[in-house]
Amino acid sequence: MVSALFPLQAIGATVRRKDKTLVGPVDLALGAEGITIVIGPNGAGKTSLLKMLHGIVRLSAGQVTWACTTPEAQARQAFVFQTPVMLRRSVLENLIYPLRLAGMPKAQAIAQAKDWAARIGMAEATSRSALVLSGGERQKLALARALIRAPDVLFLDEPCASLDGRAMREIEALLEQANQEGTRIIMSTHDMGQARRLATEVVFILQGKIHEFEPAGDFFASPVTAKAAAFLKGDIID
Amino acid sequence: MSELTQGLIQAFWLVVTLDPDLVEITLRSLQVTLCALAIACLIALPFGAYLAVQRFRFRRTVIAVINALMGLPPVVVGLIVYVFLSRSGPFGVMGLLFTPTAMIIAQVIIIVPLITSIAHQSLRDLWAEYHDLLISMNTTRRQRIVTLLWDGRRALLTASLAGFGRGIGEVGAIMIVGGNIDHATRVLTTAIALETGKGNFALALALGFILIALAITVNLLIHWLSRTETGGRW
Repeated sequence: MVSALFPLQAIGATVRRKDKTLVGPVDLALGAEGITIVIGPNGAGKTSLLKMLHGIVRLSAGQVTWACTTPEAQARQAFVFQTPVMLRRSVLENLIYPLRLAGMPKAQAIAQAKDWAARIGMAEATSRSALVLSGGERQKLALARALIRAPDVLFLDEPCASLDGRAMREIEALLEQANQEGTRIIMSTHDMGQARRLATEVVFILQGKIHEFEPAGDFFASPVTAKAAAFLKGDIID
Repeated sequence: MSELTQGLIQAFWLVVTLDPDLVEITLRSLQVTLCALAIACLIALPFGAYLAVQRFRFRRTVIAVINALMGLPPVVVGLIVYVFLSRSGPFGVMGLLFTPTAMIIAQVIIIVPLITSIAHQSLRDLWAEYHDLLISMNTTRRQRIVTLLWDGRRALLTASLAGFGRGIGEVGAIMIVGGNIDHATRVLTTAIALETGKGNFALALALGFILIALAITVNLLIHWLSRTETGGRW
């Protein structure tokens, strides 16, 4: 299933705060399929780029456009933050929340939430407070809450940062399954192994500007810029 | 010291024998304050949440004014309500002066800024935590406010209880607008003021102890009913 939201186009998109340019100007066009991984060193602007494309930070210049109207596009996106934000509710209520926002009847929302709780291995923990979950459980819950409405596009900001291998594997499995079911994934990561496993295309960002945007195979085999090559080698770049 | 002991003993007997006058003024105290609290919460809690989520011109000024109004002198509030409700005032035709309704109006004016301010402070922190998530979920302003009110309900309970404490212990404003009329507008605080004026310290103390016990009981009851401090970290 190809989403009607795409192509996503950024033209000269820039975010500035207090005279400092966080990201941009960015020119980028993303198609409807695949997993785009955004990589770059700390402070390169990965988070700002994702938030800018998602529309939760105000543009200082340029534009980001979807194939449909902006409100329609916003309703069909989801975002998973690096530090998952848990509603002060139970696991089940966290999963029900986005469904109820969308106007789904309560009984149907509960059934769907229970189904998702089982999918992420938390069927026995539905009545627990989401605030007492471990880091990995929180991130899985945040991911399930984002995916429960079957968004056309899912943004993830380093979803596996500081998670153990098992939690990372579970999250990657969920992402791959979601992608197969038609959700377009745009995600930042620090983990080059994860980028190699998941990416179909790579955006390499440095000092707020996109240095490379290539199919994953090409990027990892032969990066065009010296900075990207150095980054892949593990050198410190800025 | 003997008056204190006498007060305690008298309070004990007033409660044990269910003194009709005591029951009447206690129930009226509760009726006036709980009505005022309910109305104040309906105004103050959504307003506090609105101030937390919405950015608008002069927002800081509005917050500063509300904080300042927390220290509103009750006597002045009573006087203003009196002027508005007196026969020559704009609402004089409604005949509300010296009725429990007038006392409720005065209490609402006194406790709304207090509840709004405390609610705003706790919901502002919650909004800082939820901001990105709720924006990314494409929620409407109304949905954000409802979410904050629901998820912040325990902090809001504290705000409401602070309002209850201020209302139940209030004397200046309700004395002016209620008139402390026996079997009509007399409540615990105005009765205490009256008995103290008459030199009847033991009865005044007894009523004071009952007022304190009432405030503590209502607080405990609300905490118990809302199961505060249970249910993990939420």
